[in-house]
Amino acid sequence: MIQALGKMGISTFGWLGRCCIFLVYVASGFFIALKNWRDLIAQLYFVGVLSLVIIVVSGFFVGMVLGLQGYNTLVDFGAEESLGVVVSLSLVRELGPVVAALLFAGRAGSALTAEIGLMKSTEQLMAMEMMAVDPLHRVIAPRLLAGIIAMPLLAAIFSAVGVYGGYFVGTGLLGVDDGAFWSQMQAAVDFNGDVMNGIIKSIVFGFVITWIAVFEGYDTAPTSEGISRATTRTVVNSSLAVLALDFVLTAVMFD
Amino acid sequence: MMQSRTVETTVGVFIALGLAAIVVLAMKVSNMSTLGSDDGYQVSANFDNIGGLKVRSPVKMAGVLVGRVSEVSFDDETYEAVAVMTIDAKYVKIPEDTTANIYTAGLLGEQYISLDAGGAEDYLQEGSMIEITQSAVVLEQVIGQVLFDKASGDDEE
Amino acid sequence: MGQIQQSVDPIVRTEGLSFARGDRVIFDKVNIEIPRGKITAIMGPSGCGKTTLLRLITGQLTPQAGTIFVDNEEVPKLSRTKLFELRKRMSMLFQSGALLTDLTVFENVAFPLKEHTELSDEAIRTLVLMKLEAVGLRGARGLMPSELSGGMARRVALARSIALDPMMILYDEPFTGQDPISMGVLVRLIKLMNDAMNMTSVVVSHDVKETLSIADYVYILSAGKVVGKGTPESLHNAGSKWVKQFLNALPDGPVHFHYPADEFANDLISGGRS
Repeated sequence: MIQALGKMGISTFGWLGRCCIFLVYVASGFFIALKNWRDLIAQLYFVGVLSLVIIVVSGFFVGMVLGLQGYNTLVDFGAEESLGVVVSLSLVRELGPVVAALLFAGRAGSALTAEIGLMKSTEQLMAMEMMAVDPLHRVIAPRLLAGIIAMPLLAAIFSAVGVYGGYFVGTGLLGVDDGAFWSQMQAAVDFNGDVMNGIIKSIVFGFVITWIAVFEGYDTAPTSEGISRATTRTVVNSSLAVLALDFVLTAVMFD
Repeated sequence: MMQSRTVETTVGVFIALGLAAIVVLAMKVSNMSTLGSDDGYQVSANFDNIGGLKVRSPVKMAGVLVGRVSEVSFDDETYEAVAVMTIDAKYVKIPEDTTANIYTAGLLGEQYISLDAGGAEDYLQEGSMIEITQSAVVLEQVIGQVLFDKASGDDEE
Repeated sequence: MGQIQQSVDPIVRTEGLSFARGDRVIFDKVNIEIPRGKITAIMGPSGCGKTTLLRLITGQLTPQAGTIFVDNEEVPKLSRTKLFELRKRMSMLFQSGALLTDLTVFENVAFPLKEHTELSDEAIRTLVLMKLEAVGLRGARGLMPSELSGGMARRVALARSIALDPMMILYDEPFTGQDPISMGVLVRLIKLMNDAMNMTSVVVSHDVKETLSIADYVYILSAGKVVGKGTPESLHNAGSKWVKQFLNALPDGPVHFHYPADEFANDLISGGRS
């Protein structure tokens, strides 16, 4: 029992240690990644553009649901003009960064882990090392950088589309006044306090998700079983990390 | 080669979309468009009690937003609260003897400073101080007062 | 053992090399010398650590005891930068070819040139086409690795590994899983490359016939030891019983057909209770 606990502790700290050393090596390759900007753009395509459809569609639906639910609650108090506030604040502060991050973990994170795991199992990473090219700089760094750049953009798109989803349901279907919807929203949402904090959150999420994803891929056992496990771990761990970090960041930002 | 150009174009579109979304959030959703916070002049006022007034609380005249509270502090010589507000630069003709009241928007809404224009010839300037102020109404005090009045009224009868 | 031609300045030299994975000893004080400009074969049964030897030579693994010199540099003691410098002068051909799957054949061969040289695009193009021509795949330059057969992938990988004109190429099981034709092509290519470019080749393999047909010198490993070394002819004539079994692919000999077990009869009588 105690032994099992100790074993778990050792393996956890070992994992954390490898994770951090890995990050330091990768970060030292950011400059090289920026120099190879074509690679970076290709990675932005994979993590950003290919996640765009799911982000836009879910953003719109989440916004519409918020509009519907918010309206049903607010109309009891005769405060349906505040619908814009409810929709936009929930999206900009929480749902935009968090839901976009969870979708990103499922879409891009798992794909990154599988891709890098496959490169490892087919000896491509080893082959690069043998060609005196550091795969941490050449393969991992541009992917991590692309994740950090793409995530806030995706979250912003999610929030913006979501606000229009709420607007569509609220004013189009439920008859909330158009002007009140926007003006109350503008009065209540603060750019520095709300929008910027949401963007900062999503940058942190993008970093953590991509970090976990590329590390799991790099650290995987080079077998098909190992890769499938690593992919699952990426989605589970990065989703948990996002939710936990969201709490911490919210506590720090909106005290 | 063709393929990499398509990739570059779509990535360009993606980044443009993302930035556009941030601009939408800034201009349409939040208050960036309505008030540039640094653009204006500062005026201070002392209150006995500012209640729930916070930095960035609105400052209104005749119900129109003319500025925001930029700093709240406590003066330990007069034992009063000092609220510094930034008034939008386009409102330069506010009389010097204007009064500042702290009101609550609705029964339970947020608190804001309402300015009521006086009749003086001179106008408020950067660094001016509003002399006549009325503090926030603290709900507990009001309720306490009502109960107290009621009780003392009963005694007299 | 026959006439062993010791070269004065071997390109690879291991001294008392020992390596273990967990409790399993893979090398036990192994001394190997690989002469310059020759094709040296390293043979042995599956799982005897042939690939591990290549990884030790290239510095991907570090030995627990003993050391390795490559071109007079002590590999386990090199810094990462120095090791990378050394690796530019040697290449390794992986079993799978290990082509980068998101690049075309052309880009794969161009990859080391783009990374390590300042050549113009035009010069790189010329070089790449030369290398591809040498392996007979100039016409396949626009294909993706997924569109290549296993043999073609290895030939592209070979073109890539000679892109920087290395002093030595290490081949990891180049013949495994190949049909006779592509095997013949690979055998010929390895010989051709070695002679034409004055390189050193190290071939790790257990395909006896093909390997011996081109090797100048052979090491046979088993159970962590060198059990035979010499020219192919001398081994055929004077090898130990074990070497004979290995080279002639006999089913039984010093290496038994049966995995160590109790008497078969005893096992049957015990009725599955053990």
